[in-house]
Amino acid sequence: MADMSTTLSSFRLPNPILTASGCAAAGRELGQFFDVAELGAVVTKSIMMQPRSGRPTPRMAETPSGMLNSIGLQGPGIDSFIANDLAWLHEQGARTVVSIAGGQTDEFVELARRLYGHPAVSMIEVNISCPNVESRGQVFACDVSASSRVIGAVRRAADPNVPIFAKLTPDVTDIGTIARACADSGADGLSLINTLLGLVIDVDRFTPALGGVTGGLSGPAIRPVALRCVWQVRQAVPHLPILGMGGISSGLDALQFILAGASAVSVGTAVFGDPSAPMRILAELEAALDERGFAALSDAIGFAHLDADERQARMTVTV
Amino acid sequence: MSGPVQETAEIFSVQSVGEYKQFTLVAPGIAASARPGQFVAVSVGGERTSMLLRRSFALYDMTPGGEFAGTIQFVVAENGPGTQWLVRQPTGARLDVVGPLGTPFRRPNDPVPAVLVGGGYGTAPLIPLARELVAGGSAVEVVIGASTAARLFGELVARRTVGHVTVTTDDGTAGQRGLVTDPLPELIKKIDAQVVYACGPMGMLRAVGEVAREHAIPAQVAVEESMACGIGVCMTCVLPVRGDDGRSRFVRSCVDGPVFLADRVRWSDVGRLPDDLVGAAGMTRTPMRGGAR
Ligand SMILES: Cc1cc2nc3c(=O)[nH]c(=O)nc-3n(C[C@H](O)[C@H](O)[C@H](O)COP(=O)(O)OP(=O)(O)OC[C@H]3O[C@@H](n4cnc5c(N)ncnc54)[C@H](O)[C@@H]3O)c2cc1C
Ligand SMILES: Cc1cc2nc3c(=O)[nH]c(=O)nc-3n(C[C@H](O)[C@H](O)[C@H](O)COP(=O)(O)O)c2cc1C
Ligand code: FES
Repeated sequence: MADMSTTLSSFRLPNPILTASGCAAAGRELGQFFDVAELGAVVTKSIMMQPRSGRPTPRMAETPSGMLNSIGLQGPGIDSFIANDLAWLHEQGARTVVSIAGGQTDEFVELARRLYGHPAVSMIEVNISCPNVESRGQVFACDVSASSRVIGAVRRAADPNVPIFAKLTPDVTDIGTIARACADSGADGLSLINTLLGLVIDVDRFTPALGGVTGGLSGPAIRPVALRCVWQVRQAVPHLPILGMGGISSGLDALQFILAGASAVSVGTAVFGDPSAPMRILAELEAALDERGFAALSDAIGFAHLDADERQARMTVTV
Repeated sequence: MSGPVQETAEIFSVQSVGEYKQFTLVAPGIAASARPGQFVAVSVGGERTSMLLRRSFALYDMTPGGEFAGTIQFVVAENGPGTQWLVRQPTGARLDVVGPLGTPFRRPNDPVPAVLVGGGYGTAPLIPLARELVAGGSAVEVVIGASTAARLFGELVARRTVGHVTVTTDDGTAGQRGLVTDPLPELIKKIDAQVVYACGPMGMLRAVGEVAREHAIPAQVAVEESMACGIGVCMTCVLPVRGDDGRSRFVRSCVDGPVFLADRVRWSDVGRLPDDLVGAAGMTRTPMRGGAR
């Protein structure tokens, strides 16, 4: 049996399967299907300072091998989150990655301060794939200086023992440039990808299908895009760990991300179709590594970047 | 109430009922704890499908195991590709089913007269409820309606369960021509009903709620919102609902519903973002383009 343990910067995980932000709430509901403490970690829905209603319905449209969503970051606000959700996760003994989102840099900073020293927080994922109020709603992660500002400020404000991962959007010309900017500002790692902006039109009502007009595309439809992003970011910033995601629904999907350079993966949309998907994917990934002769998951991280000779040399050592 | 389970369930039988297909599945885990008003979420399209999301169906019957394995029933109206696939599944095929999901209809502790109102396949979840109410000694009236006769469901079984049933169709092809809400006031008065239960299209539920309010009695209605997960993790299925504290929130119809008190649902604000909703202020502060999902 392959050793499945992995690390995301200083955060040690017994296995590389996490939930994806916004696809597992705060773990409680999935707890009806499996023990959330068995996950690599739970990644919670992006939380903001204040309660947020989110967008009007319809919030979802199914698309070929995917779905479009426009939730609009509905949430209870940080105080309620800490008192209820984080407390519950702590009780379960679940490793927890808290995703934070803000309308401006100060909001991110304040969120990081509120989480400072909290024993349940193993890592912070900074969702910079959301609109910047101070820049007429432009997405932070589409802009090098806005990304750097937020990540730098969060790194300074947050508990130094807690790694900070920047969550990137694929909707940019060169994701490597954004990744490098985040790395230079102190990010301890990178989460990618967030959803791709998409649109569906209801041909009977002659209007966009979603209340929010556009929405985020997720699921297997985006997997090749996600994988390409992980590949490019691994090359752009080889020293930073990557939490990979986008359409992962099987162990072999997860393996592709690991081989492309991810140290761990998040399972998002797959959970909607199969609530126990994370546990199934973990078992499938373990079997896939065994079949391929990897003694440890860590040996497979970034393996596809090696040239043929290097791969050959490593394989004969590990097998 | 125990939580939902995920089961691979064999199709025991599929019967045509008017325009609908009535499924019986061997699903002992779900049957063991399901209550009227709850629903199941079924994977569609087979293993290599491009349809990722489950389809939801209200439970029409739940028979816990005894001598035979427990079974569940639900009724499917052909709609888009997912239900088109489902209605073509043969007896013996296996379906991946999650359930029971959502909140059941709340039953009064003591027997009280009740009117049950079903629109189209929405009658399905009312039948097991009717059975329980009758067994508990409540006087029950049932009114079912549909656009046309072929879209009626449950007339016979309702008649068998409660003795009589009032039928309406929009086009007059069965029962009296008109809407289910036409005979409703009469039926409420007839048995001095203390509660109305309803399931059907949103417009019907709203109208039923209004009739109940005019008679100063509560209406428990089972809604149908588009759902991605059905288990409470995605926040797609929300409705604007007034809480006990008088404040309104977007609440998840898959876990906080599908059964709601009709006068708590802000029907005219469905599909809108009313200013007084908890957290609405935070939305206007942030100009939301498509970016934040
Ligand atoms: C709680 C609940 C109980 C339901 N009970 C029944 C029932 O007993 N019998 C029955 O025939 N139908 C029922 N429905 C509706 C049924 O789920 C939809 O008709 C079905 O999902 C449509 O799938 P499709 O692939 O045929 O259509 P498509 O339009 O292709 O579906 C595309 C997507 O939209 C969603 N969707 C489309 N229409 C609806 C709808 N009306 N409600 C919810 N989601 C929708 C689908 O789930 C899918 O994700 C219920 C829905 C809910 C939420
Ligand atoms: C319904 C839904 C809600 C989401 N909410 C968030 C969120 O709050 N914060 C975030 O960083 N990403 C959010 N995402 C994006 C996912 O975390 C993930 O990056 C993306 O969906 C790709 O992975 P997947 O294809 O496995 O779902 C959401 C995705 C979906 C489908
Ligand atoms: S359908 Fe996902 S929360 Fe209700």
